[in-house]
Amino acid sequence: MLVMRGIVKQFPGVRALDGVDLDVRAGEVHCLLGQNGAGKSTLIKVLAGVHRPDEGTIEFNGAPVSPGSPNDAIRLGFATIYQELDLVDGLSVAENIFLGHEHARLGFVRRAAGNRGAREVLARLGHPEIRPSAEVGRLSPAAKQVVSMARALSHDARLIIMDEPSAALAHDEVANLFRIIRELTAQGVAVVYISHRLEEIREIGDRVTVLKDGRTVAVGLPARDTPTSQIVSLMTGRNVEYVFPPRASRRPGDEVLRVEDLTSPGAFAGVTLSVRAGEIVGLAGLVGSGRSEILEAVYGARPATGQVVLAGERLRRGGVVRAVRRGMGLAPEERKAQALLLDQSVTANITLGSLPEFARFGWIDRARERAEATRLVEALDIRPPAPERPIKTLSGGNQQKAVLARWLLGGRKLLLLDEPTRGVDVGARADLYAVIRGLAEQGIGVLLVSSEVPEVLGLADRVLVLREGSVIHQGAAEDLDEHRVLDMIMEGRAA
Amino acid sequence: MSRLGQMRHLGLFVAIGLLVIVGLITKPDNFATTSNVVSMLSLAATIGVITVGATFVIIGGGIDLSVGAIMALASVWATTLATQEFGPFVMAVCAILVGTGAGLVNGLLVAYGRLVPFIATLAMLVAARGLAQRMSDRKTQLIQTGNSAIVELSTTRLLGIPLLVYVFALVVVLGWILLNRTTFGRRTYAVGGNPEAARLAGIDVRRHTMLLYALSGLCCGIAAILIMARTTTGSSTHGDLYELDAIAAVIIGGTLLTGGRGTIIGSILGLLIFTLITNLFILNGLNTSDQLIAKGLIIVVAVLLQRRNLKEIR
Ligand SMILES: Nc1ncnc2c1ncn2[C@@H]1O[C@H](COP(=O)(O)OP(=O)(O)OP(=O)(O)O)[C@@H](O)[C@H]1O
Ligand SMILES: [Mg+2]
Repeated sequence: MLVMRGIVKQFPGVRALDGVDLDVRAGEVHCLLGQNGAGKSTLIKVLAGVHRPDEGTIEFNGAPVSPGSPNDAIRLGFATIYQELDLVDGLSVAENIFLGHEHARLGFVRRAAGNRGAREVLARLGHPEIRPSAEVGRLSPAAKQVVSMARALSHDARLIIMDEPSAALAHDEVANLFRIIRELTAQGVAVVYISHRLEEIREIGDRVTVLKDGRTVAVGLPARDTPTSQIVSLMTGRNVEYVFPPRASRRPGDEVLRVEDLTSPGAFAGVTLSVRAGEIVGLAGLVGSGRSEILEAVYGARPATGQVVLAGERLRRGGVVRAVRRGMGLAPEERKAQALLLDQSVTANITLGSLPEFARFGWIDRARERAEATRLVEALDIRPPAPERPIKTLSGGNQQKAVLARWLLGGRKLLLLDEPTRGVDVGARADLYAVIRGLAEQGIGVLLVSSEVPEVLGLADRVLVLREGSVIHQGAAEDLDEHRVLDMIMEGRAA
Repeated sequence: MSRLGQMRHLGLFVAIGLLVIVGLITKPDNFATTSNVVSMLSLAATIGVITVGATFVIIGGGIDLSVGAIMALASVWATTLATQEFGPFVMAVCAILVGTGAGLVNGLLVAYGRLVPFIATLAMLVAARGLAQRMSDRKTQLIQTGNSAIVELSTTRLLGIPLLVYVFALVVVLGWILLNRTTFGRRTYAVGGNPEAARLAGIDVRRHTMLLYALSGLCCGIAAILIMARTTTGSSTHGDLYELDAIAAVIIGGTLLTGGRGTIIGSILGLLIFTLITNLFILNGLNTSDQLIAKGLIIVVAVLLQRRNLKEIR
C-alpha cells in the first residue's frame, strides 16, 4: 500500500535519513524500531508532510505522492500521532480533536455537533469520562495522549502513524490502544507503530523495519518470532543485555526524605513514606492514581497539607525554589511542557537547575559550564554529542536524557524521577538504570515513578503501590512480582 | 544557533547598508556629515537605552508599554524646583529612582498581582503621564543654569561625539553582558521560553519577572537623564510613543514577542534602522506620515523574514 524508497533528509549538520526504505501493507501493523536518534520520527514527519525529503520517492496505492504539508498528508489519508504532543492547551478537547476540520456551516463552528463527534470518538477509545468541553491544558499527560489519538481517529485515515503512543500510557491503557489498533487493521487501515518496548511490538506488530543511523538495516522481519537478541543487535550494532544493575551493596543510610500524611484533595490522601540515603523507592500505580502528583507535592510544586521533611529539616509549603536549594530535583513527566527550553542549547538546558554552581556573583563561568555539560553528554551518551546544539534538534529519547542530566549536577540529596526512561531506547535504558543506581550508591535518595511495572520492580529497593490516591502496599521490591503488582493496582487487592 | 544568529544579524546589517547607500545617493552633501551622524546617534541614544530594557522584558515573556511615560515622569520629577535645589547629581539619582520605582510597581502588579503585562503597563502608561502632568502643571520645566552639568552630557564632546552617546554605548555593553554572561540573563531566557520548566528547575519565576520590569524602569530613568540633557528640560510630553519605537526595534531585531529568544545586538540594529529611516525622510524633506508608513512596512517585512528563518531551524 505504502512504499517509500531511498528517503534522504539532511538537517544542518546531520543527515537524519540516509536512504530509508519502508514498505507497509494494508491492514498490517508495521513497527519501526531503532535507537534514539535513528531517524524514526524524522521518517514519519516526512510522511506527515512536516519535512520534505531531499531525495527518495513515496508511493501510495501505486501512485507517487509527495505530501508537501500536513494538510496534504491528511487529504491523502495519513493521520499522525506525534511523539511530542501537538495539542493546543487553551482549546477544549472537542476543538482540539476537530482542529482544522471543524464541524462548521458557513464558517460558523457547530459546537454541539463537534462535542457529539468528540464524545463518540472518545467513547470508542474507551474514555467516555473525558469531557469534550474540558480545556486540554488541564488534562493529565495520559488524557492528552488519548485526545491526540482521538484526533487521528477523527480523520478517515487509511494509514495511521503512531510515534511512541504508549510512552504516556499505563498498562491498561495500552491494552485499550491495542484493541483499537486491531479494530482499525480489521477494516484494512494500515498502522505504522513506533515504540521502544519490545513486548508491545511482539503483541501487536506484524512486521518490523529496523533503522540505524538513518538507514534501513532490516525490512519486513516477522514481529512475533524474530529473536530479541537479533533485533537489539540490529538496532544497536552491539549485544545489550536488557538488565537491571544489581541492588545496593551497602545498607541504606539516614533518612533523606520523610513525608507524613500528605494530602492533596482530589489527587491523593494520607500518604506517608520515607526515603533513605542510597535507597531507590518506586511508586507503582495507574495513571491518575496520584503518582506524579505526590512527587509534585513533595517538591513544593503543588499545594498539599501534611509534612515534608528533607534531611531532618521541615520544608515549609509552596516553595520549589526552597526545595531545590535544599537539594531536591524533579525530572518531570512531560519533558516538552515541563522541563525543556526548546530554543536553548543542550548545555543551557542541563545547567538550568544548578546555575548558581557555575556562577560567582551572578557571572557564569562558561568554560566550566561547558565542561560539565560535555561530561554529562558523554556519560549519558546523548547524541549527537554536541552540547551547543539547540535541544529541539535532538531526538525525543536524547532530550529525555538531557532532562535527567540536569539533576546529576549540583550535589542533590534527593531526586524525584517521573518516568525517567520515557522514550529512551533499549540499549540506552540499561545505561540509564546503571546511572540511577550509581547515584544511589553515592548516597542520593531516589523516588521513582514509572508506568512500567518491571522497571519499578527491577530498579527500586522498596515499592509503594498506589491506587486511587492511597498507598495500598509497601514492601521490598524483591518480594513482589509483576503479576501481583498489576493485580493490586487494578483490582485494589492488597497483598 | 550562533551561526544562525549571525546570519539573522547579517540581514539587519544589509538593511542598514542599503539605507546608508540611499542616504549617500540622495543627499551626498548632508548625509555623511559629522553633524548629521552625531544628531542621529544622540537621537538614538535615548530610545536606545529604553530598548535595552525592553529587550529584557520581551525575552522574559512580557511587554512594557509604559516606558515613554515613565521616562517623562522621571524627567519631570528630576526637574522640579524642589529637586533642582540639590544639584545635578541628586537630579540624576532622582530620575533613576523614579524610573526604577515605577518599573518595580509594574513588576509587582504583573508578577504578584497576576495582572496581564499588557494591562498593568497600560495602566502605568496612563497614570505615569497623568502624574507627570500634575507635577509639572503641564509646563515644560527648564534646567536651571546652576545645574547645567546635566546638559553637558549633550554639549561636551569626546572625540567629536557627545557624552550621552557614550552613556548609551555603556548601557548596551552592560546589557549585553547581563543577558549573555550572567545567571540573570540565563534565567530571563528560561522564564520567557518556558515558565513552567523554569519554575520546576527551581527558578523564582515571579521574583525574576518583577526584576525584569524594574530593570526596564531603571533604563527609563537613565533615558530621562539623556533627554533632559538633550532638550535642557523635563516635560510630561517627553517620550510620547517611545514604547512603540522601542518594541518595534526589538521585534525587527529578531526577538519574539512570545519570549525566550532574542538578542540585544539585534534590538540595537533594529533601532538604528528606524533612526536611519527617520533621518532620511527628514533630510529629503518628505512628510512624517510617509515615514510612519515606511516604518510600518519595515516591521512587517522584518517579521516575515524572521518567520522564514524560524522555519528553517525547526
Ligand atoms: N529539526 C532538526 N534539526 C536538526 N537535526 C534534527 C532535527 N530533527 C531531528 N534531528 C536529528 O535527526 C536525527 C534523527 O532524529 P529522530 O527524531 O528522527 O530520531 P528518533 O529515531 O525518532 O529517536 P527517538 O527514539 O529518540 O525518538 C537525530 O540525530 C536528531 O538530532
Ligand atoms: Mg522519535
